[in-house]
Amino acid sequence: MVERRREWTINALLALGLLAVPLLALLIDEPFLITLATRVAILALAGVGLNLALGLGGMVSFGHAAYFGLGGYVAGVMAHHAFSGTPIAAGLSGSDQMLVIWAVAMVLSGLLALVIGALSLRTSGIFFIMITLAFAQMLFYFALSWPAYGGEDGLPIFVRNSFPGLNTMRGWDLFILSYGVLMVALAIFAMLRAARFGAALMAVRQNPDRAAAVGIPPFGVKLLAFVISGMITGLAGAMMADLTRFVSPAMMAWQMSGELIVIIILGGVGRLFGPVAGAAILVGFEVFFGGITEHWQFFLGLVLLGVVLFARGGVIGLIAGRERHG
Amino acid sequence: MSALLEVEGLEIFYGGSQALFGVDLEVGEGQAVALMGRNGMGKTTTIHGICRMLPVRAGRIRFDGRDITGLPSFQAARRGIGLVPEGRRCFPNLTVTENLIAAARPGAWTLERVRDFFPRLGERAGQYAATLSGGEQQMLAIGRALMTNPRLLVLDEATEGLAPVIRSEIWAAIEALKATGQSILLVDKSLNDLLRIADSCVILERGRVVWSGDPGAISADIQTRYLGL
Repeated sequence: MVERRREWTINALLALGLLAVPLLALLIDEPFLITLATRVAILALAGVGLNLALGLGGMVSFGHAAYFGLGGYVAGVMAHHAFSGTPIAAGLSGSDQMLVIWAVAMVLSGLLALVIGALSLRTSGIFFIMITLAFAQMLFYFALSWPAYGGEDGLPIFVRNSFPGLNTMRGWDLFILSYGVLMVALAIFAMLRAARFGAALMAVRQNPDRAAAVGIPPFGVKLLAFVISGMITGLAGAMMADLTRFVSPAMMAWQMSGELIVIIILGGVGRLFGPVAGAAILVGFEVFFGGITEHWQFFLGLVLLGVVLFARGGVIGLIAGRERHG
Repeated sequence: MSALLEVEGLEIFYGGSQALFGVDLEVGEGQAVALMGRNGMGKTTTIHGICRMLPVRAGRIRFDGRDITGLPSFQAARRGIGLVPEGRRCFPNLTVTENLIAAARPGAWTLERVRDFFPRLGERAGQYAATLSGGEQQMLAIGRALMTNPRLLVLDEATEGLAPVIRSEIWAAIEALKATGQSILLVDKSLNDLLRIADSCVILERGRVVWSGDPGAISADIQTRYLGL
């Protein structure tokens, strides 16, 4: 009980901290800090998606960059066509409305996750890791070699897409939007985890045969979680594209998949606010050590090593006590 | 009227070695059937076959009038076979409540009713299953099976390795379930309790049914010959 209360305290601190930093930045007029906080929120959102598959379902997907990148390209391509006034395909016009873009990004990411999941969830362990990586790499090389949308050079978004009632060109507005979406995603994650579906998913992770013996279909439960996971990460990709106003195949690269896994492990696998803590650490290191040396990932690696060796519950597990993941 | 569960000529292999050589078994609606025999005679194998956790080489399993011989285990469970596995087999890193709701299917048994039935599970709601005592884990395993609202409850060694006091608690629970009209297939070592509860008995030896009939008809001779008593 004490541990649980402590975890909720950390969660509250993280939620408030992520809100307080850009608020302070707004007061002292430091737009760069607001952009950083937005980046943390969006990466955390992508992490929430992966946390559903990896944390609750035990599916170590090394290909979540595929959904992240697909979401990014949906934003980029739709904005590109809306800007130039050309149709994407016959009768399909682009859009500069985030709500439309998000819906399309989530549907397409969900479909992609359905196909990839249906094929790769028949395997487990190292094979699952490799097969998800292989699918993501396929998409990466496809984006790299498709000249219509910039190929290797990527695709810029000239005017940031808009959201009703907000001026998305203002850093604070975009932050509060990302923050709001992150909080909604965290609420959905918490609800799923507390529901029958979450219990069934964790049961399948612990022992698929035992779960099947009490009537839980392991494949179906995992596939559904994988699809929801892909949709959330795809949404994050669309938002990241709007933050950087640029999409490139790098969003689909395996480094991105790795970064998402690192976020989960740093923060705490399966923890509600794990991705928020992980994303904050990642972006913090990128900025702080990145300012000192271009080999900042060396320091991130050291911390990751420390977490894996000594604090397997991640940062949240370190503070909130023994995690139950097993 | 056909029985709830009908097993005919069940043959099961572990790799190359045959474990069951044509087991026949019936459980009628509302009946409690005891599956008996010494260690290694095929009781658990029969149960795993019925719960579709092992492939069937020959024979047929009909449940509620439908052939379930080829179904995967989760579908057999969804048709209404609720297994309480040997050695409890709860999900250790899920809480008591999570263990229960993970298996939930709509029906008369709800979380509240299971907690009323086993008040200890209500007291331990937020605890991880791994931290429960053996008896509590057994209650949890039974509760989890009840949450699936089974037509047939299958209990494999439900009182094994428990203290005598806890044993009688579990037996009282099984009797209470039978009194509600729950169909039960059970395996256990405690002959006295089995004979008290069972409507009929099936004795296995080396993968074959060697005797079946009323519990009252089990003579001292049969006990020494097949049950090693």
